[in-house]
Amino acid sequence: MEPQHGDRPHLPGPSLYPIGFAAGVACILVGLIVNPRVIAPIGAVIAVVFGFLWARDATKEYRGVPEPIEPERREVRPTAEAAPVPADRGEAAMPEPEPGERFPRSRFLEASTLGIGGLIGGLVTVPAIGLMVVPAYVKQGYPDVDLGPLENFTEGKWFVTSFSMKPEEGEVARRTAYIRNNGLLNGDPSFTIISNRCAHLGCPVQPNGPVQDNQRKEVKGSSDQKITLIPTIPAGGFGCPCHGGQYDPEGNRTAGPPVRALDRYEYEVRNGRLILGNPYSVTKVKGEGKNARIHKYKLAGPGQHVDGWEQFLYPLQPPH
Amino acid sequence: MATAVRRRKSARRQRLEAAINYPIDWLEERSGLVGGIRYFLFRKVPSDTNWMHTLGSATLTAFLVQTLTGVILAMYYKPDPNSAYQSIQHITNDITLGWLVRGMHKWGASVFIILLFFHMARVFLFGAYKYPRELNWIVGVTLLVLGMLEGFTGYLLPWDQTAYWATVVGINLNGTAPFLGPFLADFLRGGSEIGGDTLARFYSMHMLLIPGLIFALIGLHLYLVVRLGVSSPPWSHDAAGSDEAHREAATDGRSGLTQPSARSGWRRNAGEGE
Repeated sequence: MEPQHGDRPHLPGPSLYPIGFAAGVACILVGLIVNPRVIAPIGAVIAVVFGFLWARDATKEYRGVPEPIEPERREVRPTAEAAPVPADRGEAAMPEPEPGERFPRSRFLEASTLGIGGLIGGLVTVPAIGLMVVPAYVKQGYPDVDLGPLENFTEGKWFVTSFSMKPEEGEVARRTAYIRNNGLLNGDPSFTIISNRCAHLGCPVQPNGPVQDNQRKEVKGSSDQKITLIPTIPAGGFGCPCHGGQYDPEGNRTAGPPVRALDRYEYEVRNGRLILGNPYSVTKVKGEGKNARIHKYKLAGPGQHVDGWEQFLYPLQPPH
Repeated sequence: MATAVRRRKSARRQRLEAAINYPIDWLEERSGLVGGIRYFLFRKVPSDTNWMHTLGSATLTAFLVQTLTGVILAMYYKPDPNSAYQSIQHITNDITLGWLVRGMHKWGASVFIILLFFHMARVFLFGAYKYPRELNWIVGVTLLVLGMLEGFTGYLLPWDQTAYWATVVGINLNGTAPFLGPFLADFLRGGSEIGGDTLARFYSMHMLLIPGLIFALIGLHLYLVVRLGVSSPPWSHDAAGSDEAHREAATDGRSGLTQPSARSGWRRNAGEGE
């Protein structure tokens, strides 16, 4: 193309030396495998020679006296077809749009860019956000936990029982329940199993009475997990160290901020072993031990009411 | 001396200046960054600003300290329930300077929140949240919430008894919010029970998700500060803010965006303006 207005290209012109340089490098690499003694040095020589020539060529303009560069000029050349439109006439001077064109190409491109961009963005974002949110609500639940033979639970005595909800997760899945063997009820064993999760905000409640740590027993549960039983005498019920919630030995709230009684666990007896089931929420317990009448509700989080008008503040629970 | 001729710069000095200016000019010609930084830093401010106006920068500095120390602590911390506590002990007791950087991060967190509140108090008491800066107040309050979320998620990471039970209480506190509370608590825990996922989740939120949001919002916050100018104190006789703050035509910016502008083909083609 013929340079116009006396312009000259500012960049160095195209050069073939880089190709020779690349060939030299390729020759080195091939030579390293095929024949490092002969071919690789030949490649090195080629690369050095062409590299030198390339560098000399590229810096040609900087060596020697720089030529003065004329400032670039752009002249407005009147075109043959239409006279320039004065700015103050603006829109009025624009040519009439073609009749019938209601949806010009630029708007189509704009809409399709936004649409396709949104689609691609959604395809990437939705699964990622899904990974953040969805797993918290699916495959949740409480596995059955084997707490060992019934004989370990002496009738009428309380045991601080700690076990693992998910042995494969390690110590972080360790939970504690207060368990009392109530003896036989209509020929079946009866247990009181109270969760240690405070109904206020979930701190671990402690027995208000001695914990006989020297009589600690370790029992093997299923899949070799270690169940720890420590006898205790919660004569004063249970108390929470965090905000002072107090409960009687059946888990009824007696003082402090908790909104209901302590949660309990379902249980069953299989082959003479005590199996812990799902936890559930309790508002109050009337009576004691095996004769207790438990007001049982679906499990709710600590601090959430399950009865009274406040229960309507928590109409839905995530699946457990 | 008034008539003294200004001394010509020596050739040596000229060469020195040229050597200093060359890289600056090189960068400016190709990026406009030098002018941009000058525009950002060398702004006109009211003559009677005082030290109270530096609280925002102080908060930003505290956040940058948290960023730097946090990034480096992350090189040694292990967000796994079986090794998190040990890795914190390792950082504190064994690694050279670990105690110092962890201490900076731990105490710096409180400094950040305290400065944030001081900054907020300054803005409130000076009335600097008023028109046209309401949006910046909203952005700032969002930053406050995100900063406190940083505190909440960071508190779990030492994985000791205090951290664990404070987080149990904190999550259950969220769980008592009406209607969505139980779902919010499960989202924070990553399930119905606290486990290994909870720690990794808090770690990710603490060092990636929330800081990202904070950086984006600080950018917006500063953009609005530069655009609207620094407000004068209430006792000032200066006019507040920059000219930009008092433009009358508030609809200029959306010309052609939500409705056809005078010059867009859309309007012409829709048959208007005839």
